[in-house]
Amino acid sequence: MSGVGSSAVLRAPLVVEFPFTRSLGAVQSAFLTGLRERTLLGVRAGDGRVLVPPVEYDPVTAEEIRDLVEVGATGTVTTWAWNHEPRRGQPLGAPFAWVLVRLDGADTALLHALDVPGPDAVRTGMRVRVRWAGERVGAITDIACFEPADGDAPVRAAVPHSGVFDEPVTGIVAAARLDYTYSPGRAQTAYITALSERRTVGERCPSCRKVYVPPRGACPTCGVATAERVEVGPRGTVTTYCVVNIKAKNLDIEVPYVYAHIALDGADLALHARIAGIPYDQVRMGLRVEPVWTEGGRHPDHYRPTGEPDADYDTYKELV
Amino acid sequence: MSRSVGKEPVAVVGIGQTRHVAARRDVSIAGLVREAAARALADAELTWADIDAVVIGKAPDFFEGVMMPELYLADALGAVGKPLLRVHTAGSVGGSTALVAADLVAGRVHGTVLTLAFEKQSESNAMWGLSLPIPFQQPLLAGAGGFFAPHVRAYMRRSGAPDTVGSLVAYKDRRNALKNPFAHLHEHDITLEKVQASPMLWDPIRYSETCPSSDGACAMVLTDRAGAARSPRPPAWMHGGAMRSEPTLFAGKDFVSPRAGKDCAADVYRQAGVTDPRREIDAVEMYVPFSWYEPMWLENLGFAGEGEGWKLTEAGVTELEGDLPVNMSGGVLSANPIGASGMIRFAEAALQVRGQAGEHQVAGARRALGHAYGGGSQFFSMWLVGAEPPAS
Amino acid sequence: MASREPSVLRPVRDVAVVAFGQTATARSTDELSEVEMLMPVLHEVLAATGLRTSDIGFTCSGSSDYLAGRAFSFTMALDGVGAWPPISESHVEMDGAWALYEAWTKLQTGEADTALVYSYGKSSPGSLRDVLTRQLDPYYVAPLWPDSVALAALQAQALIDAGETDEPALAGVALRSRADAAANPHAQLGGDVAQGEYVVRPLRTGDCPPVGDGAAAVILAAGERARELCGRPAWIRGIDHRIEAHGLGVRDLTDSPSTRLAAERAGVFEHPVDTAELHAPFTSQEVVLRKALRLGDDVVVNPSGGALAANPMMAAGLIRLGEAAARIHRGASDRAVAHATSGPCLQQNLVALLEGDAR
Repeated sequence: MSGVGSSAVLRAPLVVEFPFTRSLGAVQSAFLTGLRERTLLGVRAGDGRVLVPPVEYDPVTAEEIRDLVEVGATGTVTTWAWNHEPRRGQPLGAPFAWVLVRLDGADTALLHALDVPGPDAVRTGMRVRVRWAGERVGAITDIACFEPADGDAPVRAAVPHSGVFDEPVTGIVAAARLDYTYSPGRAQTAYITALSERRTVGERCPSCRKVYVPPRGACPTCGVATAERVEVGPRGTVTTYCVVNIKAKNLDIEVPYVYAHIALDGADLALHARIAGIPYDQVRMGLRVEPVWTEGGRHPDHYRPTGEPDADYDTYKELV
Repeated sequence: MSRSVGKEPVAVVGIGQTRHVAARRDVSIAGLVREAAARALADAELTWADIDAVVIGKAPDFFEGVMMPELYLADALGAVGKPLLRVHTAGSVGGSTALVAADLVAGRVHGTVLTLAFEKQSESNAMWGLSLPIPFQQPLLAGAGGFFAPHVRAYMRRSGAPDTVGSLVAYKDRRNALKNPFAHLHEHDITLEKVQASPMLWDPIRYSETCPSSDGACAMVLTDRAGAARSPRPPAWMHGGAMRSEPTLFAGKDFVSPRAGKDCAADVYRQAGVTDPRREIDAVEMYVPFSWYEPMWLENLGFAGEGEGWKLTEAGVTELEGDLPVNMSGGVLSANPIGASGMIRFAEAALQVRGQAGEHQVAGARRALGHAYGGGSQFFSMWLVGAEPPAS
Repeated sequence: MASREPSVLRPVRDVAVVAFGQTATARSTDELSEVEMLMPVLHEVLAATGLRTSDIGFTCSGSSDYLAGRAFSFTMALDGVGAWPPISESHVEMDGAWALYEAWTKLQTGEADTALVYSYGKSSPGSLRDVLTRQLDPYYVAPLWPDSVALAALQAQALIDAGETDEPALAGVALRSRADAAANPHAQLGGDVAQGEYVVRPLRTGDCPPVGDGAAAVILAAGERARELCGRPAWIRGIDHRIEAHGLGVRDLTDSPSTRLAAERAGVFEHPVDTAELHAPFTSQEVVLRKALRLGDDVVVNPSGGALAANPMMAAGLIRLGEAAARIHRGASDRAVAHATSGPCLQQNLVALLEGDAR
């Protein structure tokens, strides 16, 4: 048994990023198109309140609501928080206040940023107005932020609005990126470290004695930690496979190729790898194979036939 | 002390689903889910105020890029001021979600529960969501079909099934889908020859033997005896329900016929008093994302002996007019909003015993099985519903 | 919306927490995978009851793919359970407190007499403040990336404006929590912790929870089985959870009607409690919860130090239930209320009333 000290912990960046394509319901479409046109819309709920931003479903009755109204571009801060260190993606790069603003004519508040020089320039109840973004596309960021405004709240009622605009926005693209640092944990770290020496090292369950490759830290059937390290392979047997005929994105492999399950000698379950060095239509269950490494590769690039006679089905059928 | 009063019977009194399509560009995520919920409420002739609790399920949050989307959906689900639970058990989630909702009624925690499941896959890309790269790990070399195709080959080897069986299933399910207005794929010009001529993507799986990627939602209203008595249409009664899980990968795992699936079915049959499923069950909605899983699950669920499932398919037993119709709705092969797919199976089984399945109704269906599975063939959820209340 | 249900739910079956285990919460656990972090607490609760996985009637867990940055992350955690032969099992993409609720429901049906509940969360791989922005309305709010501290700060300022608290009072909550945490070996932050600078004003470092990784597990048992497995079971007399509207601007951030409703249905207001374990990640949220739960000064609040001492995402709510139960197990409490929260600014809340047999 050999442990891996914390100094050997593997880490690598993991970026989860996608430009999500969000289609919009009618109320959302009207609101975001309105922003593009510098028009602020709310929706009237069943209890008569005007909700801004307008939601599709009444938070009290759950009924669908579509009764749009126009409200003012000025409003009152209902609460605030001073953000002295803006983070990626937030509305302003310089320190700003997060605010909930009740726009004139609305009964609920909208979350956005307020551009003021410091926390002393913000208070609950202060009057603010929308600062429109120069380039507007039909998104919440068409409001660049709020800025201080003079004067008292006018007595302004929301006025009905059709919600109809030319060329309505029907969707948004919401790009989102999150950065993670991935670390695979004790057992997998040991496995990956051994692979860098071109050795395949699994772990044996102290209870059922099965050898897991790759080891996952726990014997999944016994629920106990595996620790005893066992080198397996390098040769193995193809237990089953498929022929891949479609080119996968991000994979530089010519089709067709064979994707196989391979039980390495000494392992109690199969791992997955590509087979090459043999025409794809001659790969078969029971074929004996060995790994082929490429310079700098973290894993075997593929497996190729060893030339040994095929394994008898009975010798590997428990591993299929 | 503990009173042993037995479970409250559970009835399905409302069912709704969306027309499943590749991309619903006209609605928000909330709008998609609401469409199914509103139809289920309308079917039950109930209002939002009649619902005591909401149980929602979907597959990974990355598909829509919204973490715990039920928080944002609370208003749309009429859940404000109510309990809202979110289930995630991979591909079986639609079924598991319905079972969690059923337990709330069976355990007398709530009287009437709305349960929903959805996926709006068009917000991202299913393959992206399913295969986020993990550092140090070898990239998945073959896509989703490549994960399952080797198991299909193992089944063919074990059972000696002729390689045409997969195409028979696909041809049947796509024809059934033509009778289901909610199905995603409506291939009016489908022929067996076309299925068999479609490209071999992951040999032995052809393109026509794979499921589409869909936007869709499904909802059901579950209620107790008192609620069922008020139902305007015949309810479906739950006679048994179970979930079983086994590890993702392990030494000795049988990917062709996982024990978790066998055990799950056995538990459901025990609860329902079913001893001969082949004779006692009239119709099955099973989770078949690749056509070959029909014969595999026929064996796993006890409808055929080991290695014999393909013979039922080949003999036409699982056709809509056969004596054990399977996937009358067209199944997952004809619509696959992943998180909702399991619930659609459960709901379609319930529609059959309510006599509400329309053109794809199996005449006289009295007992039907809904089946879902997910992960590495490791998570199973099933229910058996009947036209009559369960014997208590 | 008004429900037609009775205001207090009387459970049909007596179910108790009979064992609780948790890891020490740590800022980083990158030497351990999730299952490696989780497995010791599973073993701890099984050993405490003498049960094996195959004796357990139902298993339910809670976790989040977004914390891990990987889809289906919970499937690998199942390795730690030893799910063979196959088990009756489910998973919620929620805090483990809701997994406990699902398991409690299963025991109410009579289909199972024991349940294993677990949850885990590693916040260390990502930037938690940014990750949690993905919980927000994806059309109107998430594109602005307002982080979890900023939203809590808006709530805190609303409380200050309403005259319900002030910065010194919040500092007092922080001080008391960290002082109590000094006696909690699982806490991440305890003892003399400086209130520090503003993170997002009015919240200072001391008002915010530490970011950490951790796991927790609980075993539930029904009726006589509970008495066999535990000297003094913590009976769940009532449990309920409720959610509020998602829009922050729609809600009164100084109140928590969902907590109050859940507490009412759980029967919390029928009898006085001696202890409260509240899932209040921010000092200001304790103010809201105390009001909603009508806790007097005679109630011991968060003797564990609460989420201000250790806040492993997805597990911190379950830990509140576990901590309250553990106090009943060891005779330090006779009746306790436990609370868990989820979502921005206490959007969703679960409340349980736990009780020990008379001594």
